[in-house]
Amino acid sequence: MTWGGWDAFWSMGGYGLYVWGSYAMVVAVVAIEIWQLKSRRRAADNEVKRESARARSTA
Amino acid sequence: MLNVLLNVIRRDLLLAARQKADVLNTLFFFVVVVTIVPLGIGPEPNLLRSIAPGVVWVAALLAAILSLPRLFANDFADGTLEQMLLSSEPLTLIVLGKAAAHWLVTGLPLTLMSIVFGVAFDIGIEETSVMIVSLLLGTPVLSLIGAVGAALTLGLRGGGVLTSLLVLPLFIPVLIFGAGAVGAAASGVGYAAYLLLLGAFLLFALVLTPWLVGIALRISVE
Amino acid sequence: MTTTTAPRFNLFWFSSPQTFFPLAGRLIPWFIGLAVILTLIGLYISFAVAPTDATQGESYRIIFIHVPAAWMSMFLYVVMAFWAAMGLAFNTRLSSMMATAIAPTGALMTFLALWTGALWGRPTWGAYWVWDARLTSELILLFLYLGFIALQAAIDDRRRADKAGAVLAIIGVINVPIIYFSVKWWNTLHQGASVSVKGSSMATTMLWGMLIMALAFWMYSIAAVLYRVRTLILEREKRADWVRELAAQGRLK
Repeated sequence: MTWGGWDAFWSMGGYGLYVWGSYAMVVAVVAIEIWQLKSRRRAADNEVKRESARARSTA
Repeated sequence: MLNVLLNVIRRDLLLAARQKADVLNTLFFFVVVVTIVPLGIGPEPNLLRSIAPGVVWVAALLAAILSLPRLFANDFADGTLEQMLLSSEPLTLIVLGKAAAHWLVTGLPLTLMSIVFGVAFDIGIEETSVMIVSLLLGTPVLSLIGAVGAALTLGLRGGGVLTSLLVLPLFIPVLIFGAGAVGAAASGVGYAAYLLLLGAFLLFALVLTPWLVGIALRISVE
Repeated sequence: MTTTTAPRFNLFWFSSPQTFFPLAGRLIPWFIGLAVILTLIGLYISFAVAPTDATQGESYRIIFIHVPAAWMSMFLYVVMAFWAAMGLAFNTRLSSMMATAIAPTGALMTFLALWTGALWGRPTWGAYWVWDARLTSELILLFLYLGFIALQAAIDDRRRADKAGAVLAIIGVINVPIIYFSVKWWNTLHQGASVSVKGSSMATTMLWGMLIMALAFWMYSIAAVLYRVRTLILEREKRADWVRELAAQGRLK
């Protein structure tokens, strides 16, 4: 596949908006999912810490 | 076995008769929804004739969903449901009875009412007959599948809306073939296949859903 | 909690959250690695190797993410229903947690399939949305995912949430083929134009690009689901001794 330069690549034969709009959404969704995964994990870690502290204090 | 079934149906019908408002409200809702659609779309007869099957069917779906919480909520509240779960009689039979009673007070009146709408939308005698048959076959399926949704969401906050969300996607095949049957009759195409498929759905639902409802009830009550 | 001295090869060995947690932790980096490598290869093929399409020009290149997303959306639903059913049948908590962990990733894949489908539809069929069987069924699949998530969110008792979700997922999985064929029937009767996503036979390079991207999506999904299920384990087992021990040793990662 030979592209006639970067301009042709970005414009995707005139369909640039559709093609890159699709790929951009995939990147966005993956980024959001990773962020959601991490933030939920962080909250769980904090919960575990709190539970450990509570257990130690009542031990 | 038949005794159990009939007794459950009789009991539910008796309870429904004492709370006529519940039953009448569902029917009233159905009528109101179908009535306001032309008000939103315009009185053009040809347009109304073509959308009539879809409108009646969608209204039937919404009315069915509206009436679902009633199915188990009252029995759950006064402890009868637990007794049913503990009973030595097969739970599937009891569930079937409840679904049948539910259909008798919601789906059946609704179906009969549609005759009026067949006239109001001027869709012709054969089309109206097909609509009635499609509703007769389809509304029991709605009661049966709806029962699963009602059982799963028993006692949950936001119950009604949640039940609707869960159950509406499952209603879609019934809607497609129900409204499709009438549409086929209207365009002079063969509608037998649609009605036969609806019948198949009904048989499938009769066999499968009482068991699923039983499982769902045990999950929700225990 | 009892710990055995050596893991006997037992089918249920890893069905304990305690043993699965570290295993999943070790597996995740591998799946991330595979996902990244496959994505790079896939994108290379998609953009540098696969030729311009005769009819659709360059817009067809959306297929390299649309089809993988759609495949994953359907595949994940079936896997989710499978684990939910396992949890319901064998009463294993971890199976149910797997189902709960899969749902958000599945829903996002479904959304991506719909979004990319719409953006592909616009240049190809002239409209962002058409009520064709595949798109409409995909939309309903999204509703099924969201319903599952909503139901589990509405129930406070975790075990009831697990089981209720399982019943819903099982019904959904039975219904998905029925819904698809109903919509297909409905669509062909109401619309003359039949939309064919794949159309004529694909060039080999296009097929390879699609398959490799599909694998990449699959590896990514596994990694995401494993990560999420570990979080779920922590949330549910936070009072367990083994969790506290791991936390004390700073070895929760």
